[in-house]
Amino acid sequence: MMSTIPKHLKYTKTHEWVDLQKDGTATIGITDHAQDLLGDVVFIDVPSVGKQVKAGGACAVVESVKAASDIYSPIAGDVIEANPALADQPELVNKDAYGTAWILRLMPANAADIDGLLDAAAYAAFIAADAH
Amino acid sequence: MAARKQRAAIAFFILRTDNTAMGHQTPLYNEHLALHGKLVDFAGWDMPIHYGSQVEEHHQVRNDAGMFDVSHMTIVDLRGTRVRAFLQHLIANNVDKLKPQQALYTCMLNEHGGVIDDLIVYFMDEQWFRVVVNAATREKDLAWINAHAAAFDAHGSASVAAGRTPEATGVSVTERPELAMIAVQGPHARERVAGVLTDTGQHALRDAALQLKPFYAAYSGDIFIGRTGYTGEDGFEVLLPGQAAVTLWRALLAKDVKPVGLGARDTLRLEAGMNLYGTDMDETISPLECGLEWTVAWEPKERAFIGRDALEKQKTQGVARKLVGLVLEDRGVLRNHQKVIVEGADTGEITSGSFSPTLGKAIALARVPAATGARVTVDIRGSLHPARVVKPPFVRNGRAVVAPVASDPPGTVGLGPAPGMGS
Repeated sequence: MMSTIPKHLKYTKTHEWVDLQKDGTATIGITDHAQDLLGDVVFIDVPSVGKQVKAGGACAVVESVKAASDIYSPIAGDVIEANPALADQPELVNKDAYGTAWILRLMPANAADIDGLLDAAAYAAFIAADAH
Repeated sequence: MAARKQRAAIAFFILRTDNTAMGHQTPLYNEHLALHGKLVDFAGWDMPIHYGSQVEEHHQVRNDAGMFDVSHMTIVDLRGTRVRAFLQHLIANNVDKLKPQQALYTCMLNEHGGVIDDLIVYFMDEQWFRVVVNAATREKDLAWINAHAAAFDAHGSASVAAGRTPEATGVSVTERPELAMIAVQGPHARERVAGVLTDTGQHALRDAALQLKPFYAAYSGDIFIGRTGYTGEDGFEVLLPGQAAVTLWRALLAKDVKPVGLGARDTLRLEAGMNLYGTDMDETISPLECGLEWTVAWEPKERAFIGRDALEKQKTQGVARKLVGLVLEDRGVLRNHQKVIVEGADTGEITSGSFSPTLGKAIALARVPAATGARVTVDIRGSLHPARVVKPPFVRNGRAVVAPVASDPPGTVGLGPAPGMGS
């Protein structure tokens, strides 16, 4: 089954996406492919506001019925918001991984770090190769 | 970071996603592919973990009817003139309790009282008992059963090979790998199976199946139907040849019985308070330490089943650990191997933890010190969360039944869970 990979986002090999906003903040979530692998999401352990995260550092935990999985921050920065909707509706991650189910917002330490991430085509190629 | 060991990045989580065949396949393998089942390796078998949503499949069984391919489980027929005496020695529960066609849940123990496996025994007639054991323990179970059966076969274990019928031997052990197994579970499961039997003209078997009391079985030719299961719901487990299993599967699908994967099977059995072998107990754990004392038949005293001496010694000396249910009070999910902190006692450990779709909370089975009271604390990735101690089951027949744990252990079979076949 083909998963959705929006063109305007950047991606990691650990299946997170990041969206750089006009105000300089970055929104982070997990990909459609990731939610498909995880299955029904039932809880998301989000970081507290103000926490400093490193690029590649664990910044949240997504718990599906099957297992708990670390979410790694694509870039370094300070957490400025965690998605409050996920507390009562963790299943949004399965329904709208790129939209209402964003996980956290960061103030990037260096916005240019985003340029080093995978674009949609590279991420699509990565998951295609990963399946074999 | 110690907590990192409890989980992995998404990339490392799934065993396989490409649905290429790698292990043994059941006769229903192509049905799983056609239904977009997500296949994983389970004990060397390619099995569906879900067909889209594990949680929806879970609710399907609690509210209506679902079907599981459990053909990977190992079916063994024990036949001969000394089968009853053999089973009285082999297993910790007592087949003398059984009326014809009745089933029994039991542990098979080693000499130290450790659980080699848990299994179901169906008493079909005086020279035929059918046993269903776990897929993951198949080889060691067959080796153990065969080794002990040899001593009960007066003519020696080579008697069948020598051309005599199994019935003429003391005990013959015959695996039935050609039989598939479909568990149909849920409040409407039995009527759907009956509907299929009506459509195919199998009226006598249908009537026999509908008359079965819980934990009884009927058969006609190669089709064997037990009113057993591993979900805490009513239903049947149907054992039948592979091609017939494909026909039954498709007929049930046409009657709106939805396929359910092993993922929901695990959350259903956990809600039902049923142990999973290899997770809640193993060869180092006795039935007294995993909530299964109710399956040990202490009477009559002279019945010398394997492991009896060790169990009696343990019972006299007192059991240091017990298996309890936990309900997490905070949001989050309980997982296997999380540490349970008990005030004034040693720590315990979660043996089966998950999210209960029926309760909307995390639940677990945990092995804790015998002195554990009504509340404990669970270490989830380094932070401590309160949990309530309860007596399983958590859910039975679609309804939440959790209550604070009783201070006394269950004294009769009737108070324990009524499990069916594990995985």
